[in-house]
Amino acid sequence: MSTPFLSVRDLTVDFHTEDGVVHAVNGLSFDVEKGTTLGIVGESGSGKSVTNLTVLGLHNPENTTISGEIRLDGDELIGASRSSMEKLRGNKVAMIFQDPLTSLSPYHTIGKQIGEVYRKHKGASRAEARDRAIEMLTRVGIPQPKTRVDDYPHQFSGGMRQRAMIAMALVCDPDLLIADEPTTALDVTVQAQILDLLKNLQDEMGTSIILITHDLGVVANTAHDVLVMYAGRAVERGTVKEVLHEPRHPYTWGLLGSMPRLSSAVDVPLLPVRGTPPSLLNVPPGCPFHPRCDYVKLAGPELCRSERPELSPHRGHGDACYLTLAQKREIHK
Amino acid sequence: MLRFITRRTFGAVVTLVIIAAVTFFLFFAVPADPARLACGKVCPPELLEQARHNLGLDQPLFAQFVSWLSGIFVGRDYEGLGHCSAPCLGYSFVNKAPVLGTILDRLPLTISLTIGAAVIFFIFGVATGIIAALRQGKALDKIASVSSLIGASVQIYFVGTLALYFLVYQNHILRQPKYVPFTENPLSWAAGLLLPWIVLALIFTANYTRMTRSTMVEQLGEDYVRTARAKGMSARSVVMRFALRGTLTPIVTILGIDLGALIGGAIITETTFGLQGVGQLSIRAVTSSDLPMLMATVLVAAGAIVVFNIIVDIMYAFIDPRVRLS
Repeated sequence: MSTPFLSVRDLTVDFHTEDGVVHAVNGLSFDVEKGTTLGIVGESGSGKSVTNLTVLGLHNPENTTISGEIRLDGDELIGASRSSMEKLRGNKVAMIFQDPLTSLSPYHTIGKQIGEVYRKHKGASRAEARDRAIEMLTRVGIPQPKTRVDDYPHQFSGGMRQRAMIAMALVCDPDLLIADEPTTALDVTVQAQILDLLKNLQDEMGTSIILITHDLGVVANTAHDVLVMYAGRAVERGTVKEVLHEPRHPYTWGLLGSMPRLSSAVDVPLLPVRGTPPSLLNVPPGCPFHPRCDYVKLAGPELCRSERPELSPHRGHGDACYLTLAQKREIHK
Repeated sequence: MLRFITRRTFGAVVTLVIIAAVTFFLFFAVPADPARLACGKVCPPELLEQARHNLGLDQPLFAQFVSWLSGIFVGRDYEGLGHCSAPCLGYSFVNKAPVLGTILDRLPLTISLTIGAAVIFFIFGVATGIIAALRQGKALDKIASVSSLIGASVQIYFVGTLALYFLVYQNHILRQPKYVPFTENPLSWAAGLLLPWIVLALIFTANYTRMTRSTMVEQLGEDYVRTARAKGMSARSVVMRFALRGTLTPIVTILGIDLGALIGGAIITETTFGLQGVGQLSIRAVTSSDLPMLMATVLVAAGAIVVFNIIVDIMYAFIDPRVRLS
């Protein structure tokens, strides 16, 4: 078996704040294969964004402790030097963010913002960088790229800004693209266009993508694999088909149940996951989901409240729950 | 851009005329008789009448204001003193010389004092503010915060006097402040004003440090700064090219206000260091009821503030492309 392109093992991220230690990520492991898309799903505060900022080394080193392994193409990223991380960012690993309006600099033209990445990493001249920026804008489907290259972000529409953001992320042909809720701030029709664009670019360039989202619909359309996160941990992992069609973890069931579907009758109410996500300052002992779980009685209250279930089986479709496979199949039906 | 400047200039002229009118009529609300002051200690009634007539004080107030105002644009004739060509700000009641000449004589000193101090406090203030923001909570940040608090609390006449005593009279490290025109000898110009610059900057820097620090901290938390880091930009370029850009807007705003205020007269600074600038003129104009001189100094002060306001607004458009001048 070949080693995955990105391999994260036992990643733990703690923030030291005035209120105490926030356990943002707890022993998280996952892999991303070359040319595939991993969807990371979870509620706000489940640690999905933190995980990916850590991959790029964008956390605040002052108050953060990190342990575990992040291997990109064989190279360890935790503890890598600042200059080697700077060389990596925007070059081998690029990131796009949720809100393209605030994420683009209001003070520089789109062309400059795209071009400077190319100049920094590829040593291109100003003129080359500009040509490259125009080429990238063409590629992401911005009309009249030759004139729009000199526009400022506020002169672009929301969807165009996200396209420009993608152009900026892909300008150096990165091997890994981390997209943190890339469509959340956009309206629905534009969302679909952006996701199609990402898919097409992936087919063209063979980029691996980590897609962070809370929208299972987005995952169903774009991802190959899915990782469901809860309270800084993975609670379920598998291929899209496995996780969305035969979900095994009560939390995944909850997420799926709270999603509107065209196929279900109008009068079937949406079922939110009851309760609120736990504070990461004070994660409940045992299974972190047990206070919100409807199946504690069935799985064994003692166990659920005292001992944390591990993700099992080790490979393939796995979940962290004490219910037996038969019970899960029965319930999900 | 041109339309913006034209419109703002027109607005500025209107503002200045209003300020002049208010000053003019307020002056006569004060129970002081400039004619008696001009006439001297022993003044028989005929001479007083004569002085009053010569100064134009026997005219109705409104007519006096109109002739003062029109003098600026078309010049004015004075009985016994001859023609005063436009822009005529009138003759000083006290030294009988054209006010404009005196003002133009003093203005270079005040401008030199302002510009020199501004260069120092702007550079130091912004630099220490950036450092403090990057070293949040560390020793350097605390030193910067404390020293800026001290700077904001002390007064020029206190620091200035101490500096004069220790640096000039006791130890002869710096020269006694003295104004030498820049065109005459740039080196003596700088040497003569160095002490007032430093003292003035000491007090103003604090404001810039605090403002830069707080805005910079805010900017460093912005999404676009994170994007710049995610693109692999070096830490230096993230701060200098991205975060600093957003920090400049409020800094330029207070710089405009400070420059305007200082050109209007750094009265205390000039007094402390015995420099004969516009500030000194304005004080003397007030104490001697010298209306034309008073009007002129008020115009300089108001004009400076108005002009710097326009410049600041134009700067906004250069700093932030989202700002449209219209």
